[in-house]
Amino acid sequence: MNKAYGKDILRFFLLIAVQVLILDHINLGGYVNPSLYVLFILLLPFEIPGWALLISAFLIGFGVDSFSNSTGLHAAASVFMAFLRPWAIRMAGAPAEYEGNLKPGIADMGFRWFFAYTLLLVLAHQFILFLFEAFRLAETGYVLIRVLAGSTFTIILIILTEYLFMQKRK
Amino acid sequence: MRHILAFIWKHNFFFLFLLLEVLSVILIANKSFYQRSVLSNATDRVTGGIFTTWSGITSYFSLRQENQRLAEENVRLHHILTKAQLTSDTLSVNVTDTTYNQQYTYTVATVISNSTNRRDNYIMLNKGKRHGIERDMAVINPQGVVGTVVSVSENFSWVMSLLNKHTKVSARIDRLNQMGTVVWEGGNPASGTLLDIPAHVKINKGDTIATSGYSHIFPEGIMLGTVEEIEVETGDHFYTIHFRFSADLNSLRHVYVVNNLFNKEQLELRKNIINE
Repeated sequence: MNKAYGKDILRFFLLIAVQVLILDHINLGGYVNPSLYVLFILLLPFEIPGWALLISAFLIGFGVDSFSNSTGLHAAASVFMAFLRPWAIRMAGAPAEYEGNLKPGIADMGFRWFFAYTLLLVLAHQFILFLFEAFRLAETGYVLIRVLAGSTFTIILIILTEYLFMQKRK
Repeated sequence: MRHILAFIWKHNFFFLFLLLEVLSVILIANKSFYQRSVLSNATDRVTGGIFTTWSGITSYFSLRQENQRLAEENVRLHHILTKAQLTSDTLSVNVTDTTYNQQYTYTVATVISNSTNRRDNYIMLNKGKRHGIERDMAVINPQGVVGTVVSVSENFSWVMSLLNKHTKVSARIDRLNQMGTVVWEGGNPASGTLLDIPAHVKINKGDTIATSGYSHIFPEGIMLGTVEEIEVETGDHFYTIHFRFSADLNSLRHVYVVNNLFNKEQLELRKNIINE
């Protein structure tokens, strides 16, 4: 049990560090700010209990918030994304059985499954993030541009990272 | 009661989600409360420590640029030094010196974290309460206005960058002495918007915009930028002016925090008017 979550805990801190020290300082035209840290929520094991999923999502969001003085913003988006995760797994096609220790990554589930799963959740995350950030209806156009640009770059980064760190199954 | 509890327990996933989401929204909405809380002081200590180390490493990459900026500022200061002016000792001259009291003091601080790609951007400085930094102090650099201090902990402070939807700086067009308000509409981190300039005055591209000195935060005449694009919406009596920020907000390193010594007095005076 502990061994199973060891990797996730490591990933938690590593992704926060990469997010706040490197990605938050990337600036492409002022619109693009990829949120790679959501990879943590995507890669949590299938069999994680609901409460642990929500709380860990809240914690990583809060962690990123503390570094960017945006209290609650990333936490709200991450919790929403975690809430939709079981639904997204069903939409993408749940594995028949969790036996054999399947993980929600490209290695076990294949590229198409992972892409659909990531697309749904990242869009949800970015939508809440930029909606709450602007917090006014007058900026709808601005919010939509940011959601699209942010999601595109986040998904590209997530898939690149997945391939980079993929471990081949025997 | 048992039934309600059983119901909540059965749908615990949904109710926990609701709880955490509401908590997050409260944090977003009550930012000022959070910033004064113990929690914020504790998180600032951790994040501040990490940012200090990290900026210690990355600062080497911008040394050349920073030196250039400081050298330029030195030249400008040499120009206004008395040594640079012609002095004559043959005639007795009456000097009417109008400076008799210091209004602003400056503290140098280092930027340890900065962002330009969000809707609300904040800058973290390595100076805090211990170094005399307080809320509502102005932050400038040799090139121009940077932002305003919005929250202070023991050793660090958060500055609301000009690149923020809450930004509102009283400004004027230098050549015409026309007053307006500077805001940021999001997107391009190099360009801001000046509102409230009446449409009957004639504005040229390249006119300089500086602080008006009408606020109790910013000293007068700190550069904000130069006019790039001028628009009037049909039926509107005011210009919407897009201008280029004079300070490069994406490459900040050393900044000055400006303390207005008369801040309290000015605020109190204004409060008296409002109360009446």
